[in-house]
Amino acid sequence: MAAQFLLNIFIAFLWVLFKDEDMFLYTTFFEGYLVGIIIIFLMYRFFGRKFYLHRVYAIIKLILIFNSELFQSAYLVLKTILTPKLDLKPGIFRYETVLRGEWEVPLIALLLTLTPGSVVMEVMPEGNVFYVHAMDIEKYKDNLLRSLAKFEKAIMEVTR
Amino acid sequence: MNINEIDEFIAALLILIGSIISVISAFGIIRFPDVYSRAHAATKSSTLAVLLTLVGAFLFFWMTDGTVSVRLILGIVFVFITSPTAGHLIIRAAYKSNVKMTETTTVDELKELYDEQKKTDQD
Repeated sequence: MAAQFLLNIFIAFLWVLFKDEDMFLYTTFFEGYLVGIIIIFLMYRFFGRKFYLHRVYAIIKLILIFNSELFQSAYLVLKTILTPKLDLKPGIFRYETVLRGEWEVPLIALLLTLTPGSVVMEVMPEGNVFYVHAMDIEKYKDNLLRSLAKFEKAIMEVTR
Repeated sequence: MNINEIDEFIAALLILIGSIISVISAFGIIRFPDVYSRAHAATKSSTLAVLLTLVGAFLFFWMTDGTVSVRLILGIVFVFITSPTAGHLIIRAAYKSNVKMTETTTVDELKELYDEQKKTDQD
């Protein structure tokens, strides 16, 4: 990882030197850095490691997932509020996650609270079991479990 | 319509949508049957409402003054992090102090856990 980053900086410096401008311009350096990203992206499989910006990509993806979930769940809640006759069957169910550690568990709890129709009620001290309150357990449980698997994958890509 | 007016229009539209959503979620807090489902209305849609309002304000200042307001970005980030946490804490506290759930509640797997804990505490 660090080797790739250093190589990228090196390419950026080379770019600045090749341009042969009168002074060191940060814009040129940045340009070279972007070129370096492209070169390393094409070459990283020869290093036998993951692309060093892979984690950045995963973080951006996670943020986008957060946002889209927020919109979806807000839409769902608003729809439920505006239905003339409320017919909710709330319930609490148990969910066991494969995620571990100080970062992954709070992240999945945060995401869970923003998913359609669910709020985390209790986290076990061991941190691997959640109790989730679902607004309409019959309608959403399958959906929820499916999207949870998606989140776990996205989070693991960032942290591992 | 010149560029400036369009920007103002977009910002105003975002703020308007945000306020409409927050009104609807306030209705939801009144309409839902118990404290647990009310937390759904309070955490999700009002988060979105506050976010949209802040984004609208951010865009307005960015487009008209050309200043990027870091405080607004921080506000967005913190609302994103804190409001689900607050909802979680509220309903957890409610459950621990034995607030009743509605009659339509179907499953309650948490009850078994607390009953077990109580038993082990008594022993």
